[in-house]
Amino acid sequence: MFDVLMHLAWLILLPLPMLGLVTVVKSWIAGRRGPPLLQPFHDVVKLLRKGAVYSRTTTWVFAAGPVVALSSTVLAGLIVPMGSPSSPFGFSADVIVFAYLLGLGRFFTMTAALDTGSAFEGMGASREGAFAALAEPALFLALMILCVPAGGMSFGEAFAVLPASHGLLRSPGLLLAALALGVVLLAETSRIPVDDPNTHLELTMIHEVMVLDHGGPDLAFIQIGYALKLFVLGSVIVHLVLPIPADSWTGPAAFLAGQAGIAVAVGIIESVMARLRLSRVPQFLIGACVVAAVGVLVLFTGGRP
Amino acid sequence: MTVALSLVLFSIPILILGGTLSAILYRHDRAARITGCVAGFLGTAVGLSGALLGLIDGVEETVASVWRLPVGTVSVGLDPLTSFFLFCIFLVCGLGVVYAIGYLKHLPGRARVAPALAFFNLLVVSMAVVVLARDAILFLLAWEAMSLSSFFLVTFDASQESTRRAGIFYLIACHVGLVPLVLLFVLLGDPAGSFGFQAIRAATAPGGGLATAAFLLALLGFGIKAGFWPVHVWLPEAHPAAPSHVSAVMSGVMIKLGIYGLLRTLTLLGTPLEWWGFVLIAIGIVSGVGGVLHALAQHDLKRLLAYSSVENIGIIALGMGLGIVGRANGNSTIAFLGFGGALLHVLNHGLFKGLLFQGAGSVMHATGTRDLDSLGGLMKRMPVTGAAFLTGSAAISGLPPLNGFVGELLIYVGAFLGVVELPSASGLWTLAIVPALALIGGLAAACFVKAFGVVFLGEPRTPAAAAAHEVDMSMRIAMVAGAALCIAIGVAPQVALRLIEGPGALLAGSALLPPVVTEVLSAVTRASLALICLVALAASVRFLLLRRREVRRAATWGCGYEAPTPRMQYTSASFADQVLAPAETIFEHHIEAGGLNGYFPRTAHHHERLGDMAADRVMEPAMGLLVSAFGRLGFLQQGGVSRYLVWVLLTVVVLLVWQLGAF
Repeated sequence: MFDVLMHLAWLILLPLPMLGLVTVVKSWIAGRRGPPLLQPFHDVVKLLRKGAVYSRTTTWVFAAGPVVALSSTVLAGLIVPMGSPSSPFGFSADVIVFAYLLGLGRFFTMTAALDTGSAFEGMGASREGAFAALAEPALFLALMILCVPAGGMSFGEAFAVLPASHGLLRSPGLLLAALALGVVLLAETSRIPVDDPNTHLELTMIHEVMVLDHGGPDLAFIQIGYALKLFVLGSVIVHLVLPIPADSWTGPAAFLAGQAGIAVAVGIIESVMARLRLSRVPQFLIGACVVAAVGVLVLFTGGRP
Repeated sequence: MTVALSLVLFSIPILILGGTLSAILYRHDRAARITGCVAGFLGTAVGLSGALLGLIDGVEETVASVWRLPVGTVSVGLDPLTSFFLFCIFLVCGLGVVYAIGYLKHLPGRARVAPALAFFNLLVVSMAVVVLARDAILFLLAWEAMSLSSFFLVTFDASQESTRRAGIFYLIACHVGLVPLVLLFVLLGDPAGSFGFQAIRAATAPGGGLATAAFLLALLGFGIKAGFWPVHVWLPEAHPAAPSHVSAVMSGVMIKLGIYGLLRTLTLLGTPLEWWGFVLIAIGIVSGVGGVLHALAQHDLKRLLAYSSVENIGIIALGMGLGIVGRANGNSTIAFLGFGGALLHVLNHGLFKGLLFQGAGSVMHATGTRDLDSLGGLMKRMPVTGAAFLTGSAAISGLPPLNGFVGELLIYVGAFLGVVELPSASGLWTLAIVPALALIGGLAAACFVKAFGVVFLGEPRTPAAAAAHEVDMSMRIAMVAGAALCIAIGVAPQVALRLIEGPGALLAGSALLPPVVTEVLSAVTRASLALICLVALAASVRFLLLRRREVRRAATWGCGYEAPTPRMQYTSASFADQVLAPAETIFEHHIEAGGLNGYFPRTAHHHERLGDMAADRVMEPAMGLLVSAFGRLGFLQQGGVSRYLVWVLLTVVVLLVWQLGAF
């Protein structure tokens, strides 16, 4: 019961500050003080209190986009364990359901973008579709590496086995999986080098341009869903990299430290790198697929149970 | 004879009588339509109940005819595999008949309704007999009847030259596909001394050279019907040409009979060899990825759907390959997951592809075009069709909580267990399924976002699209029913499990249902319900938040530009370009352009089409080789009758010497 409550509390409280932490890190590196950690939270609250303007072209599909995207990400967040090996909503084969839930959210975000009839948003949807399709094999291969040692396709089983027998440094396969998942995280959450969340030119955006016409509570839903996605994918990587014990205090502490580490890493990457040219992004993602595939082969030659 | 088989057999005369009556009433469109549709509906309903009964009771029986053909008795029978495919056939065809009631009401031009219905009923009957047949002769006769009746349906709109060409292409492809099948049954029937399936099964040694040869012949012959890459080239020509209620049935169930044939052959051959599974996995990966890439490149809605059928056949092949690998390794859990996933995908694809083709038909009905870039904004004008098409699009992309996800999930779980439980070499093959299926899913999502978005969302791109209207009641009922079934199987896959349990066990060679299947499927139900609750919750929060607030309508944001035209929207080609860019090299661009001449050019045109890789790079060179090889025989063809008589005489002499020498 305590575990479930803690999981829910983290799911509600932490994603937006984590997004804030990324901004803070970026500001520090650039020599600025940066906005407060809770700035994304204030933004969302402000949006939730607003009315909305809808394009005359749109239909209910446009309104359905943020709703479905948010709820599918929430469900994904309930599936992934956070700080303890089990989660409130884990079941067998939940790894696949998890990946497809992210896909569902993307599908509806893309259709909502096309509903506006704007060329900008069509452009964004097309890029999102292309890059997501290429990131998908990397995600699945990395999840396979995660699950094979446990012999079961659920995060619960996989994470219960990891700290005991397969520390990251002892298994190069896991290291490669973490690397691939890191790329997937950057692509899925539209961070540099795939996409730049701070750009102001519609022509170069991917995620931002898809949600250009959303406002008010709809945009708030999108922001929450976006922060949640970062948090959820982050927690998969944290569990993979850090041996999180099934202890009621050290586990959560390690988890929080790991999530903060991911936010810092994203911030550092964003500060030291430029975004890739659009035609280069597929190569980056295919590279991640190759890394994950090599990880699988390593698993086959050395680390099979 | 059991009730189930009697019901199924009873549906045949109903369908044939109704079809004949409709053909007799040729001149009276209304009467022909009503008789054809009523009989079609009654026949499929009776057949469906029989198939369902057969599945639930697990009926297994064979009935031989009292009359004899020159080659032996003819027999039909029911077993779980047959019952399952009968269920799919009658379900999808039943929905097709309901759709046809409205669809055939306003035919373009002076076309007559009667042939569309008479041959449709004949097609349903021949498909049912194909799966009922228990001997090769009846099987091949029904197979041929199926090809011919669908040929007449494809060429229904024969006033168009492109339709006639597609029809001839289809007819040739069907008969090329028939050759390996005849060889297959001769090969198997000769040692057995009979063409009955029972005798063949008893006489064929599992895993021998004969079995391998039979498998390869079946793979070729049934693969042409199913649309495996690269022998799918007929499919994107023929399916778009047919009327939409027929395309729905052809893509939804007819090509699945190729899958049935392959599965039936497998049951005749005993325990399969492992490498057969590897071959099917390889075919599945290539068909799946190739099919969806080509689907993305299409600008014709029905062609897009036809290519996506190749993709889904690829997914089914992945499942079958996995099943064979599991069976060959004696692991019945993996075998069940593979074959069960494939069977479930057969049913699911029948439902959503039928729905999508019907949606495409409705769009054509309302606008007169199926060119994606002439459409747009139909969601407002055709809300029911739009919602059904959206459901079908999400389902075919394999997204939860819809049915497409369930079949793919079983295959994923099976592939994973293959990695964990099978020896390394087999494990690597089953592992390959996972990223392939993931890539296919991601690309399919992009493809169907494009198809749905360009057709139904945004602003209409042409006056015809702007003047569109919602279609007839019967067409809406058929599409909504299809969409409802897609959701139902997605939320309660246990129901569908009851359907695939029998045939899955038959193919996996073990009567026990692996516990992992029920475990996974009940998890799917929980996840689907949770997802639906969360969506409802988020939607009500949004509703409550916006209830008292100011909600305005304005123009779409265009960087301050307030007067955009529909032509500024992203088109199907521009959407696909980004996705296809990494796969640029596999397509051949066919560009027709011209008109930009002189200093002040007036008109110009540019038409670009992405060719089919299989047609351009595989089939065309192969056909070229064949033509040049046959060209060498040209010396035989000199036109003189006396010379031909000499050839005939020589042939007879050679045959006589050969036969007499054998004795």
